[in-house]
Amino acid sequence: MNQAGRRLFMGIVLLALMAPLVVVAGVSVNAKKELLFPPRGFSLGWYLELLTQADWLNAVRNSLIIAVLSALLAVSIAFPLGYFLWRYKVWYARVLFTLGVAPFMLPPVITALGFLLFWVNAGLYGNMIATIISHAIFFVTLPLVTISLGLESIDRQIIEASRMLGADDRTVFRTVILPMVRPYLISGYAFAFVLSLNEYIVAYMVAGFTVETLPIKIFNSLRYGYTPVMASVAVVFVLVAILVFGLIARFGDLPKLLGAWSSRETT
Amino acid sequence: MSAEKPRSPAQYAPLLYPALMLSVFFIIPFGTMLAVSFFHRVEGAFYEPSFELSNYARFISPFFGRALGFSLLLAGAAAIVAVTIAFPFTYMLTRMRRRHQVRWLVFILAVLSLSEVIIGFAWATLMSRSAGLSNILVWAGVLEQAQAWSPSFPALLIGLSYVGFPYTVLVLYPALSRLDPELPEASRMLGASPLRSFFRVVVPVLRTSIISALIMVFVFNLGAYVLPQVLGKPQHWTLSVLITDQAIFQSNLPFASAMAIFLMMVSLALVGVTLMLGQERRPAR
Repeated sequence: MNQAGRRLFMGIVLLALMAPLVVVAGVSVNAKKELLFPPRGFSLGWYLELLTQADWLNAVRNSLIIAVLSALLAVSIAFPLGYFLWRYKVWYARVLFTLGVAPFMLPPVITALGFLLFWVNAGLYGNMIATIISHAIFFVTLPLVTISLGLESIDRQIIEASRMLGADDRTVFRTVILPMVRPYLISGYAFAFVLSLNEYIVAYMVAGFTVETLPIKIFNSLRYGYTPVMASVAVVFVLVAILVFGLIARFGDLPKLLGAWSSRETT
Repeated sequence: MSAEKPRSPAQYAPLLYPALMLSVFFIIPFGTMLAVSFFHRVEGAFYEPSFELSNYARFISPFFGRALGFSLLLAGAAAIVAVTIAFPFTYMLTRMRRRHQVRWLVFILAVLSLSEVIIGFAWATLMSRSAGLSNILVWAGVLEQAQAWSPSFPALLIGLSYVGFPYTVLVLYPALSRLDPELPEASRMLGASPLRSFFRVVVPVLRTSIISALIMVFVFNLGAYVLPQVLGKPQHWTLSVLITDQAIFQSNLPFASAMAIFLMMVSLALVGVTLMLGQERRPAR
């Protein structure tokens, strides 16, 4: 393909990816409660409603609490696991790694149903704790992959050198490993956070009727009618995602992070 | 400190907590689901322990057969659409300058992370009568009046391809970014046109990557749950929708579990094939 053909192709892909987002941004500023594009009039009132109406505010709060805590929990599980697999050679390392990656590889409805059964039996069905732990397990894959990647990138000679100078395991961990892995910890957290914010099926199956998150709220509103607030949530979500991934790209090496993300031969 | 075998029990300490969490919250739920799939359904309550195959026997029905057939068809068609567009796209992406590449990747990740609910809503709006694309055709004089294009099969297929596209790009990205740039260049030097060199050199070299990507996206698509309900009609409901419907609205957890186990078997078998393809590729690299 020549330069012009290449540009045309990329332009069409960009247009197709943008089109639904542009239309949603358009309908989110309609002056009246109508689904119209191009918008009639201009109003940012629907964004305000997201932050002032009790039921939407409640969904915002639930989503944020779940995303913040579940991502933290996911990292707390992934970090020691990733560290152990990197530090020691054990025959069952592959099994453990697969266990950490499996929840994310299967169609989510399967994992969601497993969680549903578990929480019904544990007596916590419909409780926010159930959503938080389920999301943490469901998204543990993301920090596990980024952290493993970060550990792999540490030059073992640096560690050898610090040990030769008399540092014990703890000192090496605190002064060498932790600072070098920190960016990967943060990006793992960020991935888990953004995906938890957007996750629907697990949150719905585990506590959908009592703990309404934003995606659940949108889907419910979608069934019973239309309100531009849905569109404004969508716009906010797109902006949050672009902000978070933009920051990762700004302070980290995004191509490298993605280059090994799904490549099995390096993990 | 090269990788060594753990010697003292204390060195297993970091493993304790993750192993505990994953066993309790991942292995036990799956074990429960497997067990429940053989249990007996009790109307009004959930289920009672027993061992029966009746939940699996229900698969042999036109209702289940149609849903399964449709799920496979939809997931397959959307996977083919996504890979067909994503492969040349990712190839061009990896040939871009780094700065542009990063911008694209941020955008692709943002689209990837978007909730299926939001994407479903966005496409439903784009295909609606009042705010949709058909208004452009009216304006251009092609259509007499605006039409609603959703819910319909094409709308569902487009929506699902949209969801799968960023995922496909990220699956293909590592293989394509590691492709030796001298390879297509050499064929260009020998006089092949860019298009010819793409189809005769790049595509054949990455054949296994393309097949793996197709399978991965296919499995990913099998999980579609929201889109069939938002962009499709009731006859477009997939297995994922049926599982949830049985679990939540019909309270038939044994049958839902049996279907989930079945879906898992299909997915695992396909992922296994992908892993084997990866193994085969290794000596050649």
